[in-house]
Amino acid sequence: MAFIRRRVRPTWKALAVATIATALLAAGCGDDEDDDPAPAATSQQETTPAEPDSSSGTDTDSTDNMSSDDPDEAAEPAEPDMSDEPDEPEDSPEPEPAPAEPVNSEPIRVGSLLDETGPLNIYGTPMADATRLAIESINANGGVLGRQLELVALDSKSDQNEYIAGADQLVAEDLAVVHAGITSASREAIRPIFGEAELLYFYNVLYEGGVCDRNTFVTGVVPTQQLQVLIPWAVENYGPRLYVLAADYNYGQISADWVREYAAEAGGEVVGEDFFPLDVAEFGTTISEVQSADPDVVVSVLVGGAHMSFYSQYAASGAEIPVVSTSFGLGSEQVALDAASSEGIVVAYPYFEELDNSTNAAFTAAWQAEYGDNYPYITDLAVYVWEGWHLWADAVNSAGTLDREAVIAELETGTVSFDSPKGTVTMDGPSHHLVQPVSLARANDSNGFDVFETFENIPPSFEQQSCDLVANPDTNEQFTP
Amino acid sequence: MSPDRIFNLGFDLATTISILALVSLGLAVIFGMRGVINLAHGEFIMLGAFATLSGTRNGLNIWLAMATAAAVVGLFGIVVERLIIRRLYGRLADTMLATWGLSLIMVQMVENRYGSVTEGIPVPVGNFTVGEFSMSKYSLVLMASAVLGVLATYTIMRRTRYGLLARAATQSSTMAEGLGVNTSVVNMWTFGLGSALAGAAGALLAPVVGVIPTMGQTFIARAFMAVIVGGPSFVLGTVSASGLLGFIENIGTNWFTPVIGQAMLLMAAIVVLRFLPQGITGTRFRR
Repeated sequence: MAFIRRRVRPTWKALAVATIATALLAAGCGDDEDDDPAPAATSQQETTPAEPDSSSGTDTDSTDNMSSDDPDEAAEPAEPDMSDEPDEPEDSPEPEPAPAEPVNSEPIRVGSLLDETGPLNIYGTPMADATRLAIESINANGGVLGRQLELVALDSKSDQNEYIAGADQLVAEDLAVVHAGITSASREAIRPIFGEAELLYFYNVLYEGGVCDRNTFVTGVVPTQQLQVLIPWAVENYGPRLYVLAADYNYGQISADWVREYAAEAGGEVVGEDFFPLDVAEFGTTISEVQSADPDVVVSVLVGGAHMSFYSQYAASGAEIPVVSTSFGLGSEQVALDAASSEGIVVAYPYFEELDNSTNAAFTAAWQAEYGDNYPYITDLAVYVWEGWHLWADAVNSAGTLDREAVIAELETGTVSFDSPKGTVTMDGPSHHLVQPVSLARANDSNGFDVFETFENIPPSFEQQSCDLVANPDTNEQFTP
Repeated sequence: MSPDRIFNLGFDLATTISILALVSLGLAVIFGMRGVINLAHGEFIMLGAFATLSGTRNGLNIWLAMATAAAVVGLFGIVVERLIIRRLYGRLADTMLATWGLSLIMVQMVENRYGSVTEGIPVPVGNFTVGEFSMSKYSLVLMASAVLGVLATYTIMRRTRYGLLARAATQSSTMAEGLGVNTSVVNMWTFGLGSALAGAAGALLAPVVGVIPTMGQTFIARAFMAVIVGGPSFVLGTVSASGLLGFIENIGTNWFTPVIGQAMLLMAAIVVLRFLPQGITGTRFRR
């Protein structure tokens, strides 16, 4: 090491570098900005030109991840339409006068707001991919009311503020429907915005349950649906003493309450309970406590990237108490963790990529054709998104109009159902939640799941008890047990 | 309390402290020696984990892959220092801004390369049982690595010519330059050393955490807390702060709940900084 003196550099260089660094930083912020020409085309239509395009990584239509090399897709015509004629910015009144547009060939604009970047993208990426695939599939099958869908997809970047900004932007975009939100916090931030704007809203995520709002439809599974299957199975097969480890926010807390209830119903009891802030990644102490309490089974409701560490540390410790979970796999944990850490964990979800039925075979084939054969795992969440879009499209087609009231009325008939990759799902009218199958599966040694039992038509029982939007359309709250 | 439970508690405590020391050490070197708050520290850790992942996938022995990962991140740190950091020394806010930007870029680059989830690596050693408690042998590896890392850093700083020059460059840059020390090169190596330590931490943690592009954020807050609480004498500071904070967090988690444990950790940091604003080693110890 020769430490020889050199000339000091002039300061302007440092200044230039600082500027570049700042520029890089800005680039890093809008990290999902794509350089396709579409945003420019839409910005001509913007009524609020202030910041929308550059600031939130808008990809204005489905072109983003769709490979342009499959020209046979009917999705393609959608965008020339848009960019060629930036016509009538404001005076295409979508909501009310459906009859006034009998032969309308313009695309129907629809919105999506998901975390495609940042820590939540372990959930958001498959959901965003499912969104694009669903739009493409609906368009390929003739679209909605004979019109193509055009997607306005925003990235909320795992940032609550981005959700609010994004929701405001979507409201200003004059859309027919919005499918948005991942965390419950994000949903509660944007749900009132869409309600206020009378913009129909779908929330396609597994969550803690209880949302009762006429403008909101939920395709995600709720704790009662998962736990009424999982807990009795665990008590019967492993034993009556349960130890619950849950994420410390409303999903984890409410789920833990339900675990206690279903455990008691199945003749078991909860002997220990721990809640973890979402950034805890070190579980040594907890693993010791679990071993100390010596339960028959550990119920994990741990959520997110940091909590993933629990499974590897638990396996590394050699603790042999079996684990069941209502959240393992949502973030593709079984892929991210070494197989030895996840093998044997039993979970209950509506959808598994391994489900053996013809709809799923077609679905996974379409998915892999779009996103490649070695896609990590098509998550349960991705399929709620897929169902959300199709249920909406079916309801609009049955109603024959985009009118929000008519579409809500159609969805509330309880007859809108869809042949999903997981089996048949039906929108329960009064509760606005989905009646769907739930399967039990065990994580295997090859980063996947072995499905071993399926229960058809599991109702969202708590939501059905507490929420009847047909009888009381003005209800707008989230019920908790 | 039974003896096996007591052993088990001590074992957990030592593991917590070791992890804290491992993830803080690199940050402490860079902050303590150069006054640079490296907001990309968590991403350097992440890079170390992914480099290990790549190494094992390409057939390297896992320990070899870890060593390589540390070296790779060290080199990366040197490149970053040459391109960005060296122009910003002494400008605290600017370095924070630049390194934060760097962290975003790193997360996205890794994600573009590996996707948001990718297959993890197995824990290379088994477990052992004391009484009714089963514990991971890998925790012993973490403890040994933490001790080794601290000793190595101390030795490098105290016993080598580079260490002498690096401390000289920190304490009086002008004087060191006047005596013919090329502080620019010395500082480059210091940043490289800190980065390599971060890389090593990531490599060592890779088998026991979920290796995902955003994993850096999990560690950075705690690492900062340990460094700030530790104070200017960074080797001793890191050790004592990790010990103190790890102990308090562990006790809180054990006696109460994990939430209380986290709260007590933060409380402890606040209390220490209220009475020792320069950190634990602020008044008494030299660098």
